[in-house]
Amino acid sequence: MKILVLIGNVPDTTTKIKFNADQTGIDTAGVQWIINPWDEFALTRAMELKEAYAGAISSVVVANVGSSQTEPTLRKALAVGADKAIRIDAEAKDAFFVATQLAQIAGEYELILAGIEASDYNGSAVGGMLAELLDRSSVSAVTGLDLKDDKLLVTREIDGGNQHLLCTTPLLAIVQKGIAKEVRIPAMRGIMMARTKPLEVIAPVESSYATSIQKLELPPTKAACKMVAEDNVKELVRLLKEEAKVL
Amino acid sequence: MNFELTEEQLMIQQAARDYAQRELIQDVLERDANATFPAKHVKALAELGFMGMMVDPKYNGGGMDTISYVLAMEELSKIDASMSVIVSVNNSLVCYGLDKYGDEFQKENFLKPLASGEKIGAFLLSEPEAGSDATSQRTIAEDKGDHYLVNGTKNWITNANSASTYILIAQTDPAKKHKGITAFVLDKNSPGISLGPHEDKMGMRSSDTHSVMFTDVKVPKENRIGEEGFGFTFAMKILEGGRIGIAAQALGLASGALERAVAYAKERKAFGTAIANHQAIAFKLSDMAVKVENARNLCLKAAWLKDKGEAFGVASAMAKQYAADIAMEVTTEAVQIHGGYGYVKEYHVERLMREAKLTQIYEGTSEIQKIVISRSLLR
Ligand SMILES: Cc1cc2nc3c(=O)[nH]c(=O)nc-3n(C[C@H](O)[C@H](O)[C@H](O)COP(=O)(O)OP(=O)(O)OC[C@H]3O[C@@H](n4cnc5c(N)ncnc54)[C@H](O)[C@@H]3O)c2cc1C
Repeated sequence: MKILVLIGNVPDTTTKIKFNADQTGIDTAGVQWIINPWDEFALTRAMELKEAYAGAISSVVVANVGSSQTEPTLRKALAVGADKAIRIDAEAKDAFFVATQLAQIAGEYELILAGIEASDYNGSAVGGMLAELLDRSSVSAVTGLDLKDDKLLVTREIDGGNQHLLCTTPLLAIVQKGIAKEVRIPAMRGIMMARTKPLEVIAPVESSYATSIQKLELPPTKAACKMVAEDNVKELVRLLKEEAKVL
Repeated sequence: MNFELTEEQLMIQQAARDYAQRELIQDVLERDANATFPAKHVKALAELGFMGMMVDPKYNGGGMDTISYVLAMEELSKIDASMSVIVSVNNSLVCYGLDKYGDEFQKENFLKPLASGEKIGAFLLSEPEAGSDATSQRTIAEDKGDHYLVNGTKNWITNANSASTYILIAQTDPAKKHKGITAFVLDKNSPGISLGPHEDKMGMRSSDTHSVMFTDVKVPKENRIGEEGFGFTFAMKILEGGRIGIAAQALGLASGALERAVAYAKERKAFGTAIANHQAIAFKLSDMAVKVENARNLCLKAAWLKDKGEAFGVASAMAKQYAADIAMEVTTEAVQIHGGYGYVKEYHVERLMREAKLTQIYEGTSEIQKIVISRSLLR
């Protein structure tokens, strides 16, 4: 079995987000880029599976749609243990565009892992669209993934419990962070090996955008937190009434 | 000139930061209080490749440059200098010494498990009567034909108990004074070696420091590093590199304290506003930041020279002296900015201050660094 893990290149989660002048995108000046946290968990689980079932899983490949600036992120994925990286050389402007680009390479992988969302625009759309374009089954909100003979044991979180599914391949799993316990820190050996692993750059196919960002807005700034002593219920009620005006 | 780090250097910096902020932080206060050795972290950092970062991969090392080492040392030291001194001694004293001056037999047998971190090493130079003045070695290694017989006492040895391998500096020909000093590599388990009690230290409390006694310890001839009489030059050359590690440790203590001070100053309110809005505090932060930046530049410059194969002894002395001295200043100011909270353990800065003090003492005191630097000027 070959596994493909989709890798989004997103600003570090501690970045103070600023918008560009016309408020249609993030101002990327000084931003540190990381693997989208959900994708990093997916990659971690893929590596765990490859180690646990060395015979059954032949390779883990990572793919990204992006400019050459996303290559450090892909090389980090290689350092963590992926065997090969593919970059489709185009700007990833919307989910439909990204999914159509990925569709050209993804078909040959029996298992595709996509993060349930990306921490930049939180679109939550690429995984589902790609499954549709490839005409294959997909399962969303996956929190557990294991091999059972030639099938996949998939756990999904549902309201108030878990659902355990036995799935045939090919499959596209849209994963939650719980898929792996803790993301891996690349070891020196991995960093060194990443130097010689293939990073293939592929030209984009003709595609179109299904959406365009009209305007981004920041949430209203949170008011400062006021601490009230635990025995001062009177003051709490007064504050809720007079200042917060919620009572 | 180019101040940019490579993609790999950034990746190593991030890896060290992730490990420190995710794992070391968890039990650092407890280990400091109980003076317990961070065995599980040594193992984890070994698996990540941090115990022999700069050694050739042929001998199980990470094959990385000294700049990467500085970056890693800074990140680990921001959180836990007890851990980072273990990393530093193993990398820049023990592994570096064997990698640079060991022969093939010594590299195969001693360097390989040290570079992989499967074992760790200690560096035995100081004695009760020989600290700054390392020339007056009293530990004697007597030539007995196919082996040396070692007698004497070493003092203040980091990793003394947890190490499996010792690099030992001893006198083989007292008449020749420092020209009669020789270096050896040996197993800690050799018969005749015993340890003094665990030193109860002010800081770096979870690294183990002991004195080591040698009583008729047999060291095979093939364990001698270089020729007889090479030991003093060996030790001085190794310490030149080691100082980059301790300089980077001091840098990490300072930058870690600065990060905590900045965060606290933005949060803590006094007289109706965040204390950062009082210029006396803001200017303190500014002074601290300039010192940290200077120390970082000195560390990276020394590492850069070493990586280029150029002389770096004076640069590493400058980095060590400056970084250690400002680590003391910056950590002290960080405690001041924290006020009373800075004086209790929960806020970490008092520990950073206790730890910073040692960087002015070991691997050559600040005074000794100034001797090295001034001699280079007055030559
Ligand atoms: C926790 C810890 C861990 C250590 N780990 C190791 C280790 O792993 N291996 C190892 O070999 N050693 C180790 N050391 C020893 C350390 O390197 C020495 O303590 C250090 O070199 C100073 O020597 P000393 O303590 O004998 O002080 P001294 O040499 O007695 O110095 C006392 C004071 O006099 C000053 N002084 C001395 N000579 C001069 C001079 N010519 N001009 C001006 N001032 C001078 C010094 O700067 C210092 O302020 C460690 C020490 C400590 C505390």
